[in-house]
Amino acid sequence: MTVSLVQLVYLVATVLFVFSLHWMNDPRTARRAVFAGVAGMALAVLATWAQPFVEHHGWIILAIIAGFAIGIPLSRVPLTAVPQRTALSHAFGGLAAGLVGTAKYYLWYGEGQENLTTFRMTAIVAEIILGFLTFTGSLMAAGKLQEIRWIPQRPVTYRGQNVMNIGLLALAAVIGIALIANPTAPWAPKLFPVVIALALLFGVLLIIPIGGADMPTVISILNAYAGLSAVAMGFVLDNKLLITAGALDGSSGLILSIIMCRAMNRSFTNVLFGAFGQVQQAARLGEGKVYKAETIEGAAQVLEQANLVVIVPGYGMAVAQAQHKVRELYDQLKKRGVTVKFAIHPVAGRMPGHMNVLLAEADIPYGDLVEMSEINPDMPQCDVALVVGANDVVNPVARTDTTSPIYGMPIVDADKARTVFAIKRSKNPGFAGIDNELYFLDKTWMLFGDAKKVMGDLVKQLGDAKGMH
Amino acid sequence: MHPEQPFDYWSMVFVFVLATFIGIGVIRRVSRLLHTPLMSLTNAISAIAVVGAIIVAGSDYPGGIRIMGIVALVASMTNIVSGFLITDRMLKMFKTPRKGERE
Repeated sequence: MTVSLVQLVYLVATVLFVFSLHWMNDPRTARRAVFAGVAGMALAVLATWAQPFVEHHGWIILAIIAGFAIGIPLSRVPLTAVPQRTALSHAFGGLAAGLVGTAKYYLWYGEGQENLTTFRMTAIVAEIILGFLTFTGSLMAAGKLQEIRWIPQRPVTYRGQNVMNIGLLALAAVIGIALIANPTAPWAPKLFPVVIALALLFGVLLIIPIGGADMPTVISILNAYAGLSAVAMGFVLDNKLLITAGALDGSSGLILSIIMCRAMNRSFTNVLFGAFGQVQQAARLGEGKVYKAETIEGAAQVLEQANLVVIVPGYGMAVAQAQHKVRELYDQLKKRGVTVKFAIHPVAGRMPGHMNVLLAEADIPYGDLVEMSEINPDMPQCDVALVVGANDVVNPVARTDTTSPIYGMPIVDADKARTVFAIKRSKNPGFAGIDNELYFLDKTWMLFGDAKKVMGDLVKQLGDAKGMH
Repeated sequence: MHPEQPFDYWSMVFVFVLATFIGIGVIRRVSRLLHTPLMSLTNAISAIAVVGAIIVAGSDYPGGIRIMGIVALVASMTNIVSGFLITDRMLKMFKTPRKGERE
């Protein structure tokens, strides 16, 4: 294939990628997005492969087969495990970028040192730092999400943590600059692995202090890093397709991070360096407060007589795999002419959009999945707010208590509904370690138990009641 | 190809900046319902690093360097395959609203 033909194919692939993302703006066109993406990717792979200097086909074929062998099972994970899978693929993306950058450096150091221009060297250093920190950082995030035993779930904080993390990154940057200035010095290839090691270590330390509630933001930031490392690879390889595709991914990660941060009223730096764990002790106040429990029968009766029920799902629903029972309850109530909507907080769950996917999996039409900002004005007309495994995103403290770590975070106004039912596994506070004021309101009744079981009991109760008519 | 000419890398920087703006413009319109599939889709697209991996793995380079390329190729292919497949799997689940209901 001639150079201009390859470039033409790359251009077509770029256009397909832009269309792919464009079609994601509506669920009705979204599946086209996947076809465009696959077509663009296939073109890019074939055009690259067909170039005359690519001559070791056997290994490429083997590697592609291996990619399918790992990729197909990874695409079949349960939807509750999608956050882990996503983090894992950010890790793979970072690893690929880091390795290609490393390979190119040693290649050019060995043969063709004139290729190691300052610009290229800067790109290589950026590529390996971003790539390798994304690799270990995402692996840590995936481990935390998968709840692997030897990775602590709760944020781990210690004195001087931020100083140490920033110091490490600064050290990596200083060595990186030394390499950029002297890429062909005899000591340069020996110092290069030091930068890699520092980036790998920084990735681990960056994620250690982060708790589950911050995962949507962190996954988005890692997404942006993975995209940027692909951009850096494009700079290294003189390849505009890599630059554009990486930039599309990077801007997607950036926008999602901004949305997540706004939904928690926090800044990037606060998420990355202001571990939630530090405020945990101060927040345990309401010792004397008591929960009022409600029976399944009582709750079923109230639900049955409601006009508008708003269900507020959270991570607890995912943990309990309760989405299908939620759907059965939705059906039971709909049958009785009750309007049922779902209030989706942007950071509910462990990654952007997590709740939407789980509820869509349970066959709930997406028209009934309503964003927080759209449903809040309707909450005073809501007869029953049913909180399923959500906690901090419905805590009214975020509006009132300036000392609370979640103060200022926009919440679903569940407390404005006429009656609130909250399903809760235990009497312990939520992830942020904060008591939820909502649970102690006069109109709130608790349904203790596993979300799936409570939902199942409610459905059964409603079903039986119907039989008696 | 004259990588040492300043002209060349400036054009790359231009491409990067403009592509970022296009990305922001397009992604901002993505339905919030679809943020999870969006992330797995962009994940698959950013596995375009496969291009670099093929070049490193397939060219006539020293063995150690090609091994790095092969590992990178496996990692990117995994992302491409699992990213597109799971995106499609998720998107299939988003049912259109039933008749008579407003979107």
